[in-house]
Amino acid sequence: MTAPFDPAPKDHLVSAIVRDEPRVLTRITSLFGRRGYNIRSLSVGSTEHPGLSRMTFVVTGDRGVVEQAMRQLEKLHDVVKIIDHSLEKFVDRELVLVKVAITPESRVEVRQIAEDFRARIVDVGRHALTFEVTGDEGKITAFIEQMRSFGILETMRTGRVALTRGSNADIPSHVYHEGETEALRPVVESAEPREEKARGVPNLF
Amino acid sequence: MTQQDMTGAKALWATLAAHGVGTVFGYPGGAIMPVYDALTFYPEVRHVLARHEQGAIHAAEGWAKATGEIGVCIATSGPGATNLVTGLADAMLDSVPILAITGNVARHLMGTDAFQEADITGITLPITKHNYVVRDVEELPRVIAEAIRIARSGRPGPVLVDIPKDVQLAPYHGEIATPHARPEIPAPKPEAIERARELLRSAKKPVIMVGGGSLDAAAEITALARAWDIPVITTLMGLGAFPASDPLWLGMPGMHGSVAANRAISEADVLLGIGLRFDDRVTGRVNGFAPNASIIHVDLDAAEIGKIVRTHVPVRGDARVAAQMLAEGAQKLDLPEWREKIAEWKTRTQDPDHWGAGYAVKAVVDRLRPDDILSSDVGQHQMLAAQLARFERPRRWINSGGLGTMGFGFPAAIGAGMAEPGVRSIVIAGDGGFQMTAQELATLKKYDIRNVKICIINNSFLGMVRQWQELFHERRYSEVWLGDSNPDFLKLADAYGVPAYRADRAEELPGAIDAWLNDPKSSLLEIVVPNEHGVFPMVPAGAALSEMIETEPPRPTPGIEKNAAAEEAKNA
Ligand SMILES: Cc1ncc(C[n+]2csc(CCOP(=O)(O)OP(=O)(O)O)c2C)c(N)n1
Repeated sequence: MTAPFDPAPKDHLVSAIVRDEPRVLTRITSLFGRRGYNIRSLSVGSTEHPGLSRMTFVVTGDRGVVEQAMRQLEKLHDVVKIIDHSLEKFVDRELVLVKVAITPESRVEVRQIAEDFRARIVDVGRHALTFEVTGDEGKITAFIEQMRSFGILETMRTGRVALTRGSNADIPSHVYHEGETEALRPVVESAEPREEKARGVPNLF
Repeated sequence: MTQQDMTGAKALWATLAAHGVGTVFGYPGGAIMPVYDALTFYPEVRHVLARHEQGAIHAAEGWAKATGEIGVCIATSGPGATNLVTGLADAMLDSVPILAITGNVARHLMGTDAFQEADITGITLPITKHNYVVRDVEELPRVIAEAIRIARSGRPGPVLVDIPKDVQLAPYHGEIATPHARPEIPAPKPEAIERARELLRSAKKPVIMVGGGSLDAAAEITALARAWDIPVITTLMGLGAFPASDPLWLGMPGMHGSVAANRAISEADVLLGIGLRFDDRVTGRVNGFAPNASIIHVDLDAAEIGKIVRTHVPVRGDARVAAQMLAEGAQKLDLPEWREKIAEWKTRTQDPDHWGAGYAVKAVVDRLRPDDILSSDVGQHQMLAAQLARFERPRRWINSGGLGTMGFGFPAAIGAGMAEPGVRSIVIAGDGGFQMTAQELATLKKYDIRNVKICIINNSFLGMVRQWQELFHERRYSEVWLGDSNPDFLKLADAYGVPAYRADRAEELPGAIDAWLNDPKSSLLEIVVPNEHGVFPMVPAGAALSEMIETEPPRPTPGIEKNAAAEEAKNA
């Protein structure tokens, strides 16, 4: 894979609007598996359109790998469009459940920290408290870091979800798709990675 | 037909007929029997019974490759369906529009490991463009219509529709789906075209390279190349997209490409690629591919652009429109030095002048008429045919480029021959590959097909593997000797009522070819050639195109006597 730009692997946040049909998840994961793309997190849920689901995933790789992954995804019949969140301003959230070990001595301090993070206690045990935290990745990572010294027994993260900011629906698709759903018909976007665009090279498709 | 009589199975045939599908290739079985039963009500659709589902799907591919129209094949569940796997993978890699219909066990049995159940949609997920299980009979015609649309649109490919037996039997009350309009292929952006033109104008050593995605743009590409006066290379899949008789043609690139094509790529400063995917058999070592060139890549599949090679000007869209746009405002480039170099490289071809596989293949392909369809199987004979045949128009060369499927050539030639009964459908095969689907001789017999001409280049070896063993494994000929167990091909053909001819010396060849081609029936010609010939030029796997070995290296003596099988080969 050619990756002339930022060869260092990074996380890329991508959403896909997909048809809600059997095997869609298998199709997508099999495509990722076969081509060796690594999905770091994945969340799926229904959308405001009946028959369409939304997936948000974090793909790790250099820009070239991620571009290629998205273009391969777009070719699947089930995939109506792809949104590369790095192209627009976006909000993202993740929900995590963290079970922290407590002792009589640490109990108050743990609760205090959780309060600072606006974490909610969802289960109270004799030796552990379970917190629910919602936020962007930075906040969740910071919370987990804070709790680490007390002893984290278990965590469960939902994976990130994201939407473009502002009143636009977060179309356009990053690449191209001949979907049937006219309302969601993507605007054809750049073939060259954005870095090229930024350098003043015209957008050629 | 009254509405009461309509079933899923009948709705299937009615939908295919409404889509103009006149011929399907297939093989029946328990889970598809309602469809075969319903077939008797649709005389407008011809069903061709193959002798193996692999034969059926390769025939459908041959049909599709020759005509550009959808090829349709049918199989039963389980073993019937899994026998389609090779053909589906083949069609996927070569972008062939195929509709594969499979039966499956009844819905309530699916997932229970019932008799002859296989999860064929699961199995074929990565080797189909899309696939479906029809769980509701009311969906069936719509799904078939959509499957055909998907198979043909954009970058074509295979689509599989799996129909449970009870859905085939269920009464159907809806309408019969009519064809979707062909979706328009997006036109390239004018800015992209303008940048490409600028690059071409500035070029000192330009070259155009066209692949299988440009077959329907042959006329436009020819006009483009002539307008700019730029030499053209056609890949294995693109042979015929530019007339071989044109002085601008440089032949095929890649592992067994021509000296001119590979040298031109290695020195080019601008490479315009149209409808090709930079397969590793074409590029050799990627970072040694066109090292000095700015690359313009025209493709309708966005995922192909930048997948393998760094693209300087991506042009996404229809090859025809792109070629037309690029030809506008063209001015002949005045590049005497480039022309001189190319003229010198073009002299570096050697027509095979002594008896061997190359000599035999040349004698056959020299007899091709412009309309003849030439199919090949996979191996040395395939590369020789690709090097030596001269195609003037597209869709006359049918072979398995992406998957390299042995056993492909003969059934594909049957499909192509049935699609165009008025032209000769010639197939060149090796003695190894022919035996992978030789049972399709029965198909020739059953339908009294008269225009299929089979040529077997018999070197008693799995020749291409032997060549690699010779070059890279110190001639340890492991499991490639066929001479001790090949059938008598003439008797085999005779057993199916197919006339057959043989030549084993250069002197016999012209007469044998005449007799073979003039036979009014489909016929077979076995050409027995020396065992150990190589195909050259050759770029060793993993080497750059510039590291091409131009001619066959001298054979080391004392030779092969250490190896018992090869010893036998010598004495044979
Ligand atoms: C189904 C399949 N199995 C194995 C191979 C590997 N393979 C490529 S070429 C070749 C030898 C072909 O021998 P033959 O058909 O006699 O043709 P020749 O090379 O001698 O012209 C083999 C085994 C293949 N391409 N396809």
